Amino acid sequence: MNEPIVLQPDETFVLNVGPQHPATHGVLRVKMTMDGEYIYDAETVIGYIHRMHEKMAENRPYTQYLPNLSRLDYLSAMAYCHGYVLAVEKAAGIEVPERAEYIRAITVEMNRISSHLVWFGAFVLDLGGFSPLMYAFDDREQILDLLEAVTGSRLTYCYFRFGGVYNDIDDDFIEGTRRFIKRMREALKMYRKLVTTNVILMKRLQGIGPISVDMCQRYGATGPVARGSGINYDVRRNEPYSVYPEFNFDIPVYSECDSYARYNVRMEEMEQSLRIIEQGLDKLPGGPVNPEKKPKTIKLPPGDYYSAVEAGRGSFGIRIVSDGDKSPYRLKLRSPTFSNMHLFDEACRGMLIADALAFMGSLDLVIPEMDR
Amino acid sequence: MTLTFINVVAAVIIAIAFVAANAAYLVWAERKGAGFIQRRPGPLENGPWGLLQPPVDGIKLMTKQLLIPGGVDKIIFVIAPVLAMFPTIVSFVTIPFSETIVAHNMNIGLLMIFVFGSMSAMALLMGGWSSRNKYSMISSVRAVSQAVAYEIPMLITTITVVLIAGSLDLMEIVGKQTGGFWHWNVWPLKAGLFNILMPVSFLIFFVCSLAETNRAPFDLGEAESELVAGFHTEYSSMGFGLFFMGEYANIVIGACLTTILFLGGWDCPFGLFPGVWWFIIKIYALICTFIWIRWTFPRTTIYSLLNLSWKVLIPISLFNLLLTAGLLKVF
Repeated sequence: MNEPIVLQPDETFVLNVGPQHPATHGVLRVKMTMDGEYIYDAETVIGYIHRMHEKMAENRPYTQYLPNLSRLDYLSAMAYCHGYVLAVEKAAGIEVPERAEYIRAITVEMNRISSHLVWFGAFVLDLGGFSPLMYAFDDREQILDLLEAVTGSRLTYCYFRFGGVYNDIDDDFIEGTRRFIKRMREALKMYRKLVTTNVILMKRLQGIGPISVDMCQRYGATGPVARGSGINYDVRRNEPYSVYPEFNFDIPVYSECDSYARYNVRMEEMEQSLRIIEQGLDKLPGGPVNPEKKPKTIKLPPGDYYSAVEAGRGSFGIRIVSDGDKSPYRLKLRSPTFSNMHLFDEACRGMLIADALAFMGSLDLVIPEMDR
Repeated sequence: MTLTFINVVAAVIIAIAFVAANAAYLVWAERKGAGFIQRRPGPLENGPWGLLQPPVDGIKLMTKQLLIPGGVDKIIFVIAPVLAMFPTIVSFVTIPFSETIVAHNMNIGLLMIFVFGSMSAMALLMGGWSSRNKYSMISSVRAVSQAVAYEIPMLITTITVVLIAGSLDLMEIVGKQTGGFWHWNVWPLKAGLFNILMPVSFLIFFVCSLAETNRAPFDLGEAESELVAGFHTEYSSMGFGLFFMGEYANIVIGACLTTILFLGGWDCPFGLFPGVWWFIIKIYALICTFIWIRWTFPRTTIYSLLNLSWKVLIPISLFNLLLTAGLLKVF
């Protein structure tokens, strides 16, 4: 017990970051081989919160798997449910009323904003600024209240059903959302003044954590991480689904490849999501939110189905292999964080530990989604 | 002989009481300030406006077990928190709050404060090193390089002020600044001396005292998102409590010194009712600025911190020292 900290033969030492570390935001563990404060090598160790969601799908009916989806990425749960219902609807040939699709798009975008707000707060907290977290949570609270009123839950939503949604939105929701859009635009202006243009923050992010286009493609990075490296890819536009072709919105792309680019992509995505919500509320058609007739038990014809959506952290894909039974033969979840995180090992080599943890924050990792 | 002894004991007791009360209630003020900045109430439950929070916190800390992890260097581990607190208390003995309220005035008071002030870096080094924790070790290495880097510009700006006052006696330094707002060292308009770099000097001193006290945005020693809790990761109970109080006591010292050296001590800006209250107002205004800065800015990295010190602060303060010396020679 009494021996001092011994260096390895090449004068490095191993620093065990996590699974309980303030910066990993969950139970991610990184074994860092350090040379002083510089990282010589890093190895991420995952699996601390593995819950076998894919296996669970194989022994329950399609409908009963719906709540599982929101336990993957607890911050943008809506998008994951959206991907699943889209895949099943496409396979089973269930028609979705237009109003339901609009409601889905609106709630998914609201959820995206709330997810980005948590990221924003936690990221600035990683950099040592505490106050923006509180502001972000204050704004997020408005979204949670609105979504709670229609979906019944605040975080792990199970709002979407095959063919529609669980509950129609009312005038209160529409009015509240319009109020929120106004408030959020003001808040984003404030964030820009207080945080985005802060000298210390810019100095800590610009040029830090470069991810080349090549590296993104090798690891399969998607979402804001890829868009911060100049890859102009967003599932909502490149492989349109739901009612997204009806909306007029931009995909922010930055080609600086650094942490600041990823930061800016997410901040602008919030603005674009506000635009989508606003248009959705303007165009919202009347009618039912569930189809007239829907099969009681869902059985997919034998085959292989895939559908992808743009979740808060990138492209979320879901592949269902059906043998015609009540439950899938195999279900594979392609989670964006899993790919995004594996960049870390390679990209953080040679970084200072402070920069590496800021870089990790800019990847926006949600550990339960990675481990599934 | 006996009288001097009683004097010194009384002075030390008063200094300890002042430091402890300040440290405890600054924690409360900081939490309230953070609450105000972050649109939340802050401590609220214990007593009116949460005013009983510090004593309750103190009782909690004292009743916890002081855990000494296996493998640590016990003697140094136990001495370190004491060393974090002790020098700041001693420094208070020589700080003059007004013409009459000073525990024990010395003609080398400024030198003494700096000697004891540099000891707190030792405490961080000893605490971090003896903990036998890699995070603590990185943190203590950072703390020492930070202390070395920031004591130099701080001392150089102090020498500038000493040149102007012509004394190391804190009473005399303040005495040279009496006569209202425009006579303070922070302004370049001091009689006979037109040194336009004095406000810059004040800023340098303020930034250095932020860095010296390990406050955000320079709190690299305990950067909680990188190094868990830095040098006090392994400390529990009052071991942690002393480090914590030492930090706040250091803040008070920093504010007192800035007030004495640059803001005219107990001198009133409009020449009305000079006295201890002006001193108190000035130090608490500075402390509020400390709190405000902490809850607004993100943390810097160790390298930009060292760059700032060696490439910006030290050259400017050296230049100002030369300029002041030259001006004093000419006028």
